[in-house]
Amino acid sequence: MTLSPLILGLESSCDDTAAALLRGREVLASVVMGQNSLHEAFGGVVPEIAARAHAERLDLCVEQALDEAGVTLREVDAIAVTAGPGLIGGVLSGVMLAKGLAAGLGKPMIGVNHLAGHALTPRLTDGLAFPYLMLLVSGGHCQFLIVRGPEDFTRLGGTIDDAPGEAFDKTARLLGLPQPGGPSVEAEALNGDEKRIRFPRPLLDRPGCDLSFSGLKTALMRQRDAITAEKGGLTVQDRADLCAGFQAAVRDVLAEKTRRAVALYLDESPDTPALAVAGGVAANSALRAALQAVCDETGLQFTAPPLRLCTDNAAMIAYAGSELFAAGRRSGMDLSARPRWPLDTRSAPLVGSGKKGAKA
Amino acid sequence: MTATTLTLASPDDTCALAMALGARLRAGDVLLLSGEIGAGKTHFARCLIQSRLDAPEDVPSPTFTLVQVYDTATTEIWHADLYRLSSPDDCIELGLTDAFETAICLVEWPDRLEDLTPAKALHLTLADRGGDVRQLTAQWTDPRWAGVLEGLL
Repeated sequence: MTLSPLILGLESSCDDTAAALLRGREVLASVVMGQNSLHEAFGGVVPEIAARAHAERLDLCVEQALDEAGVTLREVDAIAVTAGPGLIGGVLSGVMLAKGLAAGLGKPMIGVNHLAGHALTPRLTDGLAFPYLMLLVSGGHCQFLIVRGPEDFTRLGGTIDDAPGEAFDKTARLLGLPQPGGPSVEAEALNGDEKRIRFPRPLLDRPGCDLSFSGLKTALMRQRDAITAEKGGLTVQDRADLCAGFQAAVRDVLAEKTRRAVALYLDESPDTPALAVAGGVAANSALRAALQAVCDETGLQFTAPPLRLCTDNAAMIAYAGSELFAAGRRSGMDLSARPRWPLDTRSAPLVGSGKKGAKA
Repeated sequence: MTATTLTLASPDDTCALAMALGARLRAGDVLLLSGEIGAGKTHFARCLIQSRLDAPEDVPSPTFTLVQVYDTATTEIWHADLYRLSSPDDCIELGLTDAFETAICLVEWPDRLEDLTPAKALHLTLADRGGDVRQLTAQWTDPRWAGVLEGLL
C-alpha cells in the first residue's frame, strides 16, 4: 500500500495565520495563530497590521506544525497555499513563503482558492461524495453552492445584502446586547415568544434561492422604537421577544431558501444526496434544527463540520490542495495573489446586484 | 455650509440617485454617509459602487473588514464602515486618510473621523421616514459640490 502524499498547507488570507500537515484525510497538525489581540483596539481587521503579522508568524506556524506532526520539511510532497481571495498583503506573505519552500525543497506548489477550502471541508471531515449541496457562510458572504469537484462549483443563490452573522450582530447592537451577536441573540431568544412580534420574511415572495437580511434590522428598530414609545422603555421580556421574533424570521427564510436549493440540487439526481452547512449558522441551534428538518423531509444527509474547521485554518487548504494535487494540478512560480476570486465565475454576482437580476 | 434635502420614495429611488451621483465623481471625492442602522447607507454605497465597476462583482458590507477596496478603470473606490473604530488615529492606520486624496471614498459612520474629517467632503445623511421612504440631506462647504449635484437634488 502506498502512503497518501504529505501536504503542507498555508493560510494567511484574513486575520489568522495558519499552517497544517495532512496525509489523505488525516490532519497530522493544524496550527492557527489568531491576531485578535493585535486588531482588538481597532475593532476589526486592519490590512497593514495583518500583512506584517502574517509575514512574521507564518514560518513559526510551519515550524510548530512540523514539530506537532513529527515530520521534517524534506518529507513534504507538496505545498498548498491560499492564493486568494483575501487581504492582498496577507495572501502575498503566504504565496511568497510557498514559493520559497517549493524552490528550496524542489517540491510542487499548488495555489488554492480560500473559499474552495471551506467548500471542500465536508469531504475532509465527513467524506461526502460529489455532488453535494453546501450552505457556505464566510466573511460577509452566505451562499448556496453545488460542489461537483475540487474546482467545479455552481452558485444557486445567496445574500444580496447582509450576511446572517451581520444581521445578528446588528440586532445585538440595536438591543444593547454583547458582540458577537449570534450567541447573545440566541440566548435571549430562548426566553422569548417568537409569535408576539411579527417580522417580515424577506424575499420569500420571490422565486429563487437569494437571501436578504438587511430589512430585518430596520423592522427590528421600528418594533423596538414602537415599544419604547408606548412604555417609555424596553422590558427584559420585550427584548427577549424581539430576539425570538427576529431569529424566527431568519430561520424561516433560511429553511425555505434551503428547501428551494435542495429541489434544484435533487434535479441532478445525486447518488448520495447531502447538505453541508459551514460557518456560524450551524452554531445556532434554532437555525441548525430548521436546516436538519429540511434535510429530513427531503431525504438528504445533513452535516455541519465542527466550527474550528469552519473558521479559517490551513488543514482545509492542505486538503483542497491534496485533491488538486491528485488531479495533477501544479502552480508555477508565476502564481499570483488574488484579492478577489469567486468560486463560480459563470453565475452573476449577488451582493448588491439583487434588483438587476441575473446577467449571466 | 450649504444644505439641501430630498425625499426618496423607495430603495430604487435611492439607488437611482446613487448611480447618477456616482457617474459624476472623480478620484479625491469623499462622501460621508450618516444615518441610523437601517437608514440605507450601505444600500446607497452598493448602488454607487456597482454602477462604477467595469465587471459586476459582489459588494459585501464592510462591517467586518472595515474597508473594501474596488478597482475601476479610472480610480479605486474605498468603501469603509468606521462604526467599530475607537479613535480617529485608526483611520490613519487603515490608510483611509491617504485614500481621501487618491480614491473615491464612501465612508459610513464618519463621525469617528472627528478632526480628520476632510473639509472637502460631501455629507449625506439618510433618515428613515417610515416604510420605504427616506429623507436625504446633502451638506457641503466645498463649492465643487454645487456643480456636481446640479440637477440631481
